[in-house]
Formats: sequence, C-alpha cells, structure tokens
Amino acid sequence: MANNLNTRKAKQKTLTVLKFVFLFIYLVVVMFPFLWMLTTSFKPSSEINGPVDYIPNNPTMENYINMLVKGNFGKYMLNSLISSTFAAAVATFCGILAGYVISRFNFRMKTPVYLLFMITQMIPSFIMLAPLYQMLSKAGMTNSLGTLAILYANMTIPFSVVTMSGFYAGVSNSIEEAAWIDGCGYVRALFSVIVPLLLPGIAATAIFAFMNSWNELFMAVMFVDMDKFKTITVGLNSLILKYNIKWGEMAAGTVLALVPTMFLFGFAQKYMIEGLTAGSVKG
Amino acid sequence: MKSNKRLGQRRNIFIFCMLLPAILLPLIFTYYPLIKGGVMAFQNYTLMDIKNVSWCGFDNFANILSNEAGVDFGQIAKNTVIWVVVSLALQFTLGFALSLMLKKKFKGAGLYQGLIFFPYAVSGFLIGIMWRWMFNGSNGVINDLLMNLGLIETNVGWLAQKETALLSCMIANVWYGIPFFTIMITAALRGVAPELYEAADMDGASKIQQFFNVTVPSIKSVLLMTVLMRVIWIFNFPDLIYSMTSGGPANSSQIITSYMMTLVYSMDYGKASAVGLMVIAFLAIFTLVYMGATKYTSED
Repeated sequence: MANNLNTRKAKQKTLTVLKFVFLFIYLVVVMFPFLWMLTTSFKPSSEINGPVDYIPNNPTMENYINMLVKGNFGKYMLNSLISSTFAAAVATFCGILAGYVISRFNFRMKTPVYLLFMITQMIPSFIMLAPLYQMLSKAGMTNSLGTLAILYANMTIPFSVVTMSGFYAGVSNSIEEAAWIDGCGYVRALFSVIVPLLLPGIAATAIFAFMNSWNELFMAVMFVDMDKFKTITVGLNSLILKYNIKWGEMAAGTVLALVPTMFLFGFAQKYMIEGLTAGSVKG
Repeated sequence: MKSNKRLGQRRNIFIFCMLLPAILLPLIFTYYPLIKGGVMAFQNYTLMDIKNVSWCGFDNFANILSNEAGVDFGQIAKNTVIWVVVSLALQFTLGFALSLMLKKKFKGAGLYQGLIFFPYAVSGFLIGIMWRWMFNGSNGVINDLLMNLGLIETNVGWLAQKETALLSCMIANVWYGIPFFTIMITAALRGVAPELYEAADMDGASKIQQFFNVTVPSIKSVLLMTVLMRVIWIFNFPDLIYSMTSGGPANSSQIITSYMMTLVYSMDYGKASAVGLMVIAFLAIFTLVYMGATKYTSED
C-alpha cells in the first residue's frame, strides 16, 4: 500500500517536472520571434546579409535613426497615435452607454441590436472597402486623420459594447436601484455610481480599442496616400512591398510599432483578459 | 396607471438614446457599404472603367467559379479548407493542452501568462513580417536552426516554393492563435467547481476519465463557442498571408479572403464583392449547420 502511494507520488512529481519543461519550451517559442526582431534591428546591414549571428557583433542604432529621421516614422507614429486615441475614446464612450442598456434592460429590439454588433465581426472587411472608398472619395474625405479615426471607432465599437456589457454583468443591480430610489435619474445613476466602479474595465476596453486601431492596416492603405497622413502600419507596408527589403530597417520599424502595444498590454492585460472571458464564461 | 405609462416612455427614450451613438457609425460605415458591396457583386464594376458600369447578373460569380478570372478557384477553395482546418485543429489542441497546465496557479503564473498571451495583442500583419524574416530563404534564422540540428542540409526557400509556402504561413498562424484558446479555456477551467473533481476522485475515476466525464462536459459551451468564433475568424484572416507571401508563389498560399484582397487592389470591385458575398453565404450556412449539429445556444 505504502509502496503504491510512493510510486504514485513519484509519478506525480515527474509529471510536474515535465509540465514545467514544456511550459519553459513554449515560452521560448513565443518569445523567440520578438527577440529575433529586436536583435535584427540592432544589426548593421553587412551582418544581416551574412551568415546568421544570434547576437549582433557591432550593435548599431543606424536602423532606428534611418527609420525615424529619413523614413519619417516619427510622423507616422504620431498619426497613428492621434487617430487611435480619438477612435478609442469614441468607441469606449459608445460602449459605456450601449453596453449598459444591453446588460441591464429588457426591450423588444434587444436581440436585433445585439446581432447588429455581432454580425459586424463575421463579415470580411474587404467587401466594404470598395464601396467605402467610393463613398469617402465622393465626400472628399480621403487623406484625413479624422476619417481614419471615425473608421477605427466604427471598427472597434462592437467589441467595446460587448465587452462593456460583460463588465456591467459583474456588478450587482442593487447598487443603481438604490440610487434610483434616492431620486437619481438613469443617467446620473450610471455615471455617478456604476461608472466609477468599473474604471479598470473601462480602461481595458479603451486600451483594446486603441491597440486594434494602432494595428489596422488595410483601411489606412486604401484611404491614405499622402505621406503626411500615413500611419505606422502604412509606412511598414510600403517597405515590405519593395523588391529588396532592408530587413534591418524593417525590424526597427516593427519594434517601433510593437513598443506601445507592449506597454499597454502589460499594463491592462489582467483586465483585458477578464473582459474577453467575462461574457463567454458566464454565458 | 398614467404615471406608469410615462415612466415606460421615459425608459424607452433613455434606451434609445443610449444605443444611438453605438449604432449610428456601424449603420453608416459598415452596413451601408455592405449593402452597396452586395449590389456591386452583380455589376461589372471596375475602377478602370468607371463610366461603363452596368448590371451583369451572375457573370462575376460564373467568371470566378469557372476560372475565367485567371485563377484556379478549386485550388483556392482547397487552400482555404486546409488553412482553416489545420490551423484551427492545432491551435485548439495546443491551446487546450496549455490551459490544462495553467489551470492550477503556480508562482509567477501571472507573469508567465502575460508573456505568452502577448502575441494576441499584436496585429497579424506585424506577425507576418516577423515570420517572413525568420523564414527567409538565404539569411533566415529558421534555416540556420534546422541546419544546426541537422534536419536540413542546405537553405530552404520556405516562402518561395509552392510546396512549403502555405505550410509556413500555417505554422505562423498556429503560433499566433494559441493564446486566444488558452485565454478562453483557462478561464473556463478555473470556473469548474472543485467539488466535481473531488466526487470523481471518490468514485475512483482516473485522470483521463475525469477529463472526459467532468472537464469536457463542464466547459462544453465555451469550447463550442470559441471554435465557432475561431473558424469565422481564421477564414476572414488574410493579414498574415498578405505580409508573408501575398498568396504566392503562383497562388499556392492564396486563400479566398486574400484572393478577394488582390481583386480589391486590382480595382475589380465587382468580382471582389462577388467573392465577398460567397464568403458571407458560406459562413452563414456554416454557422447555422454548426449550431444545429452541436445544439449550441447562447443560453447553454
């Protein structure tokens, strides 16, 4: 009996060790592409085109300087920042309002409204690009950061609404009912009682919308062709379309595009995951 | 009675005003272009010949399906099925396996999860750039690693040859998609009541029996939902292929949505819209069949 228990314990221990070995290998696999891009970005072109070295022999900032100064990537990053910030603000505001009534009220059009948001996530965005181009060029709205901001807000609203309604579902009804009894209107009860409770979730929703806008490429390529309105993804796109790709500069540009995402994700990761899983796990 | 009615009216006005901002933009910038796109599918609409747009019935569809558009549609359909099925199967299996290992929290689990979930926050376009560089035929790190391990003898042009282009894109796609499943399934696993496992232990059920009789049934709705979401998502995900191979060489890594992109970029909006409608019809039918077959409802 005791012997049996011992072998079982030993087996358990081996399994735990194996688990951590696997987890470590997977971590290396996940991190490697990012580290490789980072390494490449510090290599001079002579080293990039030679045999593979895992650590740069003569690390240089040349690629970054080329991208930011000659490549105008500073301007592109600023354009991405402006359009994405505006889009995130609009999408989060819409999410706070619509998510609230979807999670708290019953009304006749609830299912159609919910479907309206869900369907936008299912259709290939390319079918909209051509008609949108026609619409926007007729209205003289191409080559504008404002237009990109509106399109990005449109792109991120459905997800913000669904995520926010998931966060509301985690707060007890009794809180705002007490406020209603005290004579608060619906709007005041929402903004003075519920919203302050959900600030972390709201921040996560905003960060998610920001990152999705920051990452967007195809609309920006289609609706912006003047250099001064290009976003960072458009800048990278024009580099990768070249016949002879300069991988050092390409890597530096990719790292520049990754850095804000990395900080924001690190900051809001916990709440973003909560928002992503809240609706589905409870559902 | 009267005040009740007024209260109801106030409530409805409130609901409407709250929904309006969120609905307005999608109606103008998603649904209106979507309907226009649907119309374009039945017109010979190209930007090159914008003055001569006319109705052409199902010509665009016939053109594409009969390969008159210059592309082997059968091959694209086959690539799409491979792309979706293989990517999904591996993402799901590996993501699930990882979730089982993360279920029990350990020291540093928070940091570990933060690190391995990070790819989820990066765009497919950037991921594609990174993997394109790693798969590079002459200075790529993947060739170097495989040669050091003795698995290959000379450089392989992973993205430049027909046999390996789609495979390479799928490897990148699997790597990219694991975090989504891990995030969703780990959360679901942690929500399963521990009493269920204790009861199963008392009954003498082995770990494998517990997995199939307790774990899987308890998180069935999350598994079914994530798979459906992911099928739709991978189908509509040409971003990675775009930056890795642009569908080449000779359409060997072209899937239906990346083909649609090339049609948009060549300004043939009529045909692009026709492909778009086919994708929407297929996904709608798939969703209905899937929900019927799995008896999946959102209330599950």
